[in-house]
Formats: sequence, structure tokens, C-alpha cells
Amino acid sequence: MLLLTCPNCGVEADETELSAGGQAHLKRFAAGSSDDEFESYLFHRSNAKGVHFERWRHSYGCGKWFLAARDTNTLEVFGTYPAQTPEPPKDLIAAIKKKRPDWKGFAK
Amino acid sequence: MSTRLQTGGTIIDRGQQIEFRWNGKRLRGFSGDTLASALLANNQMLLGRSFKYHRPRGLVASGAEEPNALVGLGEGARFEPNQRATTTELFSGLTAQPQNAWPSLEFDIGALNKMMTRFFPAGFYYKTFMYPRAAWKHVFEPVIRKAAGLGAAPKDPDADTYEHYHTHTDVMVIGGGISGLAAALEAGRSGARVLLVEQTANFGGRAIVDGVEIDGGDAESWINETLKTLNEMDNVTVVNRCLGAGVYDHGYVLAYQRLTDHTPDKDGPRHRLWRIRAKQVVTATGALERPLSFAGNDVPGVMLAGAVRDYATLYGVSVGDRVVIATNNDDAYRTAITLHRAGLIVPVIVDARPEANGTLPEQARALGIRIDTGKAIAKVKGGKRVTGVSLCVQAGEGSVLEEVACDAVAMSGGWSPVVHLWSHCGGKLNWDAEQAMFRPDPKRPPTGADGNGMLHVAGTANGYLDAASALADAGQAGRDAAKDAGFKPAAGTAPKAVSEAEAPILPVWSMPQGAGVKLQMKTFLDYQNDVKVSDVRLAAREGYESVEHTKRYTTLGMATDQGKLSNINGLAILADSLNAEIPRVGTTTFRPPYQPISMGAIAGSARAELFKPVRKSPVHAWFEDNGAVWEPVGDWRRPYTIRQAGENQKDAVKREILNTRQNVGLLDASTLGKIIVKGPDAGKFLDLLYTNMMSTLKPGFCRYGLMCTENGFLTDDGVVARLDEDTFLCHTTSGGSDRIHAWMEDWLQTEWWDFKVYTANLTEQYAQIAVVGPKARQVLEKLGGMDVSKESLPFMRFAEGTLAGIPARAFRISFSGELSYEIAVPASQGRAFWDKCLEAGAEFGIQPYGTEALHVMRAEKGFIMIGDETDGTIIPQDLNLNWAISKKKADFLGKRAQERSHMTDPDRWKLVGLLTENPADVLPDGAYAVDGTTAPTGIKTTIGRVTSSYYSPTLDRSIAMGLVKHGPERMGEVIDFPTTEGAVIKAKIVDPVFFDPEGEKQNV
Repeated sequence: MLLLTCPNCGVEADETELSAGGQAHLKRFAAGSSDDEFESYLFHRSNAKGVHFERWRHSYGCGKWFLAARDTNTLEVFGTYPAQTPEPPKDLIAAIKKKRPDWKGFAK
Repeated sequence: MSTRLQTGGTIIDRGQQIEFRWNGKRLRGFSGDTLASALLANNQMLLGRSFKYHRPRGLVASGAEEPNALVGLGEGARFEPNQRATTTELFSGLTAQPQNAWPSLEFDIGALNKMMTRFFPAGFYYKTFMYPRAAWKHVFEPVIRKAAGLGAAPKDPDADTYEHYHTHTDVMVIGGGISGLAAALEAGRSGARVLLVEQTANFGGRAIVDGVEIDGGDAESWINETLKTLNEMDNVTVVNRCLGAGVYDHGYVLAYQRLTDHTPDKDGPRHRLWRIRAKQVVTATGALERPLSFAGNDVPGVMLAGAVRDYATLYGVSVGDRVVIATNNDDAYRTAITLHRAGLIVPVIVDARPEANGTLPEQARALGIRIDTGKAIAKVKGGKRVTGVSLCVQAGEGSVLEEVACDAVAMSGGWSPVVHLWSHCGGKLNWDAEQAMFRPDPKRPPTGADGNGMLHVAGTANGYLDAASALADAGQAGRDAAKDAGFKPAAGTAPKAVSEAEAPILPVWSMPQGAGVKLQMKTFLDYQNDVKVSDVRLAAREGYESVEHTKRYTTLGMATDQGKLSNINGLAILADSLNAEIPRVGTTTFRPPYQPISMGAIAGSARAELFKPVRKSPVHAWFEDNGAVWEPVGDWRRPYTIRQAGENQKDAVKREILNTRQNVGLLDASTLGKIIVKGPDAGKFLDLLYTNMMSTLKPGFCRYGLMCTENGFLTDDGVVARLDEDTFLCHTTSGGSDRIHAWMEDWLQTEWWDFKVYTANLTEQYAQIAVVGPKARQVLEKLGGMDVSKESLPFMRFAEGTLAGIPARAFRISFSGELSYEIAVPASQGRAFWDKCLEAGAEFGIQPYGTEALHVMRAEKGFIMIGDETDGTIIPQDLNLNWAISKKKADFLGKRAQERSHMTDPDRWKLVGLLTENPADVLPDGAYAVDGTTAPTGIKTTIGRVTSSYYSPTLDRSIAMGLVKHGPERMGEVIDFPTTEGAVIKAKIVDPVFFDPEGEKQNV
């Protein structure tokens, strides 16, 4: 039962208000892409024990999607930010690095 | 025998006698008793039978860790199996039954299993009942099932009510012993909101029983004083009979309050599930005593030393006249002293330690109690009740030195802190070798959303077994928790406790140390599941090195006490067998809830009609009044058919179909999804969402469209109408409207957020009524207000206007192959419009029809149904819907996936029609077609399956659709469908459009 703050409406939302949407920052490969590219887009997901970027929707609240960076092991939430963000914000990356010096960083 | 003492019993009220029934007998107890203490007071020592061997079992403990005393409580709609006698408060009229005993508790036929002990080792079932294979189903399983099972399931629906309660708090304190009280007091003084829960009716934990002194007075006075202070603080809530059941992510805590279990005549909910968000949690959950592992430690009358003391002090109950004490620590001496002072006989204290010279042993010695150090119990004598023990040296193998007559044994193998709640959400443990226990590692607590610890452990639960250091630790935990929740701890002096100093424990995992296999086979670890020391050693020998594997192989700790009593003993034996250190073996995972909580509490008020809301169309009430047979469709209820007087369902469906084909039918299609997609980029967006081109659709026109997932699989279909240049109305399936709307929003918000598009789900804003059949136009003309002629409103067009004075949007679309108008009107006028249609249509023979008629008519036309022809693995090409897949578009959802090699494989099964050779045979839904060959595995090769199958009244024969390998190329071939009854139905492959293939009926 996580608590995540929706960056759209500002509500600190209980997990029952939210829907999980899997890994964030996937690049969509459409018609014309190679088999390998498409396979990785469609099927390959990271299964991080540690820092992870996720899609969430405030389904039973404002209805908006947002993104969250959290540690899947300790459940620490590093931050949430709008879904309309192609890559994790730099200041968030820096903050995570500071807390997790061993983290290899965001991999596209 | 066990009996009520003349005096004593701090929590019973001897002035209030209570009558109850046990096993058909009428017995008496006192207010304040638990069922367990009342049974003991009535000399009921034999309370149940063990799970596997049906051995006689009595009380072992006095609290949540009790493994044996599980009873069936109550009767009829209030019957509940597996209730712990030790945590059940006695009330007037309580009725309890023993379980797992047949034909009776005293004489149990399953106890014959006991004679077979040597044949029932760990993994016995896995090893024994493998062959012959048929014997499992017909011989072994029925016999085992009859004998197995703990308690009986209730037969009637639960008569009680339950509720959920949501709350937030700064500091939640779990456990109302002196540590919990001290922690709550300190946290409360800081101004933080504090919630203190205690699982039993009484506060103070073991302090009263242990004779602790606090701030110069007795524990009881301090407890009452502190409770009074806490209750006077506005920011503190204190709740008893409330179990802290589980600690979850980010400070979410579940607590389980038993509101009326002890006063069943009182109104209101029986249990309340507290759903709590706490900034900080303090667990002051105390410790549980461990049994000692000696032969016969499961004979009724062998109990935990602490429990024996509880029964004497709290309830004034003696477990026996002569009680032998077996221990490896000083605490059990308190029991000896208590019993001695109550006038009972302690023949001997058997202490495994080489010497016992601490304060407590010296007190016992001074009272004249015999203390044998370096000794052990070789064996307990007795069947349904202890009759004596034989003694031996702890260092040896069990040669008997002496036999001592007694009627009870009080054992203590030391205490294990209750670390469950600490561990639920990731708190880590350290092994404290000196105290022989796992205790929380304060450096590795469970963490909250901010990455910092969210839980503090207080007192005994933190490994401080003596009251003085426990109380000091608990006060600090309360202050720390308040500070971490953002409050400033108040100044003031902490309470100070005094208790006797205790000499160190000697870890004793096997008694005597060199006990051979014969003794090990009588030495129980898990009492409920009959797991013995020999079973764990066998598991280790057979290669089960992981504690989690050993648990599952032996079932150690899998009983309803979840290993509270003896998991530590079991893993110590495992460690010894593996010649490993205890911390290397580790513990099994602690999972919530700490104690069983009722299913009713989990459900709360979500029962019956509140379990799930039902969506109702504006016409719902008409159907209810007119003989509808309901069918769930998504969250909706739709009429399967609308029966007339004296009609069965089959005849009703047939009548509805024939009348619609011949005259005119009326369908409530309000449940269809209706999503508005609006904006300058709406066309561009829909081109990506649908497989076909939507941007070229002209205003006023309708187009059937397909939606696929990125996997390429069909997910929904429906008719899209372009209302104006910027606005599209997308119809979805009845079950799909919310999902498709969310799907649109997902893409708009997270992928194509630069598109200027808004969506709105208007499904419930409109009623949609389909007027279907050759006379449909006449009905609408009679309603009047709009030109519905062929010329003004041709097929696949729509028009807006009024019908019978009601604003309407009429779509010329058809799912039946008939002349058909679907009329959308504001939901508030849906019922009025329905009634007017019935009225105007009367002279044309109008009759409403339900979903089954809809399904049959669409199948007669070969129209696909999402969920029948599709199942999440079907692409449009499989259904010959290539005409609806744009070849011009560079991209749409699913396009790339449909280019994958498996999707373009010519061997994919494709949609065809199927006509059985015997027109009366209706193919079973989902039946598989075979080609007569057999795979090496012995399984018949399948070449297709039925997706829809009906008896068509229109054609007066059966029809079916199915997916068949190379189907469209095999028109006219006959294939075999074996049925589950062993018959074979032969069916010819045909075109799936069975009726009016030219579409002449809908284009009029």
C-alpha cells in the first residue's frame, strides 16, 4: 500500500486510488522498426531490485498519468513527476545518485 | 487434575458466574475468564486431536501462540471453526465443540494413525501415494480427505455484520503491555496523535504476572494510573481487543478489533478492521515462550511455564497438583515460586544448566523447592494426561535416573521476542547468541516513503527481557517515534521498573542433548501439524538445507499458529543437523496477519448487493417489471431474454428472433460505450487508435472500426460517427467503455501529449434504443419528427432531430442484418422514449428482445463478437477483417505487431462458418476440431475450435463459427469435433455469413 504524490493534483494518494502502469520511459517502436527494436519495446522490461521508474495513474482521483522514481527494495520514493517527461529530470537523477552512490544511473 | 484455586485471579470476577457449553456439557466459569481458563478450571485438559496422528492434545499456552486448543465456536449462522480457546473471552451461553475428532474426543478412530508414526515421516504423502496412479483418485485421496481437515466450514451465511474504519495517526503503538503504555505515554506527551492498540481485553502484559515493581509501587497501580493519563489526553486513542495484524508499505497498518465477540447480544458490527496510516509505528509486542524439546512434550498437561503462571495468577486456576518444572533459564522459577505460594506442589525443578544460583533460583531454594541442575526430562509418561516424568542427565542420551510422579509439566526453553510486525515490511533481524534469540536490528528497520525507518521496537519485543531495561527502552522508543513523526519529545522523568536480575539462559534445543531417534520421534516441535524433531532431521538428511524448503517439506510452522510456538526450536534443530550456525539458517518469512483475522472483517460491508455496484440502464426498471432474465455484461445487467407468461427461455429467444426478422424488435443498447473524441487532432488520433482510416470519415457518416493492442490483438470494435469536423463519437462494446476510454487517455497523456484532443466518456449520458426489423421505419414514422426515409437517412449515416418530441440522434447501423435504427436520446428520457416506441410499435407487432436474440442474429450474419471470436490472441486478419485494416496508414496501434512472422504465418487458424451434418446438433461452444493424427505425446492434433454456436430459428438449424487451420481454403470440407461425451460431431466448413449474404434486408 504505497503512498505516491500525484504531481498533477498534489494529492498524496493511497495505492487504492492508483493504477500501476509498468515501466516508464519506454520508447515506442512502430511500423518500420526492426524485429529487435520492436521485441525490446513490446516485451523487455527491467526488473530492478532498487531504483526503478514507473508509470502510475491517479485513476480514482484526477485521472492523470504520472511517473514515479522509487526503490523497489526499500520502497523509498525519490520523486514523482508529470507523464509528459521524456527522461527523468536531472535534479531527480542527481538526488537519487546522492542517496544511492552505487546506482548505475538511468539507462534508456 | 486442573481446578479453580480457592483464591487468586487478578482479572476474573468471582462474583459473576457464567454458564457455557463444551462438548455438550454444561460448565461454569467466571467473568474475565478465557474459554481456555474456564475449561482448565473444569478439569478439561484434553481439548483436541492433532492434525496428522490424532494424538490427544491439551492447552500449551495462554495466548495467541496456542497450537492445540482450537474449537468450533457458536452454532448455525454464527458458527466459526478453529477459534483459539486462549484468545476467546468467556460469555454467558458460549457454545464450543472440539474438532478433528471422530467419533468422539475421548475415543478417536484416527488415533490409530499414531500407531503408524514410524510410517508417517516428513514427506510421507509425497513419497507414498505416487503409484498406482488410479489408486490416488479412488482410494488414497477419499480416505485422507475424510480424516483430514481442521474444523468444519460453516454451512450458513454469516449472520453478523462487519465494518472497515479508516484513520490517520502520527504514532501508532501496537501492544498494551507496560512497554506499549510507556511508549504511548512518551509519544503522547510530545503532542503527537497516538493510537495504542492491545489485542486482549486487559492492559499491562506480563508485568502483573511477573510481579514487576514500577516507580516504587506494584505494576497494577502504575498500569491503571498510566491508562487513566492516556485516556485523559485528547491526542491519544486507546483501544483494547484490537490486534495489530500487519504492518505494510509506507506506514499502512491493519488492526482487527473484536467489538462484540465477548458480548454477542450487543448490537452493531462484530469486528472492525482498522485501516491506518501511521507516520511512525512502535511495536511493543512482547515475547513468546518456547517449549523444550523432550520426548512426550505433547502429552496433555505439558505446558509453557509462563502459561501455567498466567492461569494461576490471572485466573486463579491450577493446572495440576504436582507440577514438575523443566527449564534452561531463570524465568521459569517464577512459575515454581507462584505455584508453591498457591499451595501446590513443585516436586522438582529440572534445570538443564550446570548451576542455578541467580536471585530467583535462590528464592526457590529458600522455599524448599528441590532443584536438579544439569538434568533433563528423558520422557513424559501418560496418554491423555501426564502421570509422571523420568529424569536423566542433560549431557547424556536419556538413561533414566529417576521417575517423578506429577500431573503437569511446566516447561521453558527461553523467550523469543515477537518480531513479526517488525519483519512484515522488511525489518531485519540479528541473532543474539547470548540470549539465544532473534532480535530486531535497529540499523535495518523497515523504511517509509522518505527512505527513513518507520518503525521502532519497544521493550521485550526489542530483546529486553527484564522489566527494568524494557521499560527504559520503551520510553525511548516512544520519544524516538514522536521525533521521527515531527514532534518534540517532552521533558520529564521516565518510569523506572525493578525486577529480579536473571542469570544467563543456556540454549537447549534437544533434551537430553544426545537424545536418540527413538526419543526424537516422540519429541514434538509443531504440535498442531505433528512435526517432530526426527522429521526436521530427516529433512536435513534428505537435502532440504533451506529453512523455507524444510518448512514446506515437514509442514513445520505451517499450522494456524504459524510457527509462533516452535519455529525457533525447529530451525535450531535444522542448523544443528546441517552443522551450521543458527543465523546462517535464518528464519522463514514473517507474513501478516500476526494472528488469523475473520474473513468477515476483511470483507467489511462489501457483501451481497454492496459487494459490487450494478450498472443499470435507463430502461432497467421496465425489464424488471416485464419478465427479464438477467445476464451480467461487464458491470451491467442486461436482459438475456424477456419471457412472456408461460414461456421458457428457449421459446422466448426464438420468438424474439422470428418477430424481429418478420416484424420489428426493440433492443436496449444503452450499455454500448459512447466516447466523444474532440479536437483539431481527433482524426489523426483515431487513425492511430483504429486499424482503419477514421480521418477521412465525413460528418454525418458512420464507420465500423477495429481497435488492437500494441501486440496486434483485437481488443474492441464498434461504430464511429463523425458528429462534426472536430468531433467523433466512438461506440465501444458494453464491457469495454471504461477500459477503452482509459486506453485513449493513456496514449494521449503519455505518448502523444502534443495532440490537441479531448475525450469524454458519455456512456451513461445517453440511452440508446435499437428499433430493428422490416417494420422499423414505420414505427419511427409513427413516432414522427424526423425524416427517416431511405433517401434522407441511408445505411451507415446518422441524423439529428426529434422523435416523439424527444431530442434524438438516429444511426442507421445494424448488428442483425435487418433494417435498423439505433436511437440515442438523453438518458433522462430513455425510459419515456422506450415506452413511446412500444406504444407506437404495437400495431406493427413490436416486441423487445434480449442479448441472446442479439447474439443469435449477429451470428446468423457472421458478425464477430469481441470475447467470442476474440480471446486476446486473435488478430483482425484471423477473422478475415483485412478490409477494415488500412494499408495507407504509416502507423496504427498493432500495425507493427501484425507484421511479425508469427502473425503472418499462413497456418494461423482463420474464421469460417460451420454447419453440422445433422442440423439438430449444436456444436458445444469451444469444441476443438481434430484431424485424426496424434502427437508423440499421445494428444490428438487439433486444427480448430468453435467460437460461437447457436440454434438459428431463422434458418431452423444449428449454425456455428470457428477458427480453423487453412479454413477459408477448405470450404465444403467436413471436419470432426469430438465431444466430451466421446461422440464426434461432423461439420462442414462454409462461409460464416449464413443469412442474407447480399445484405438486402439492411439496405432498404
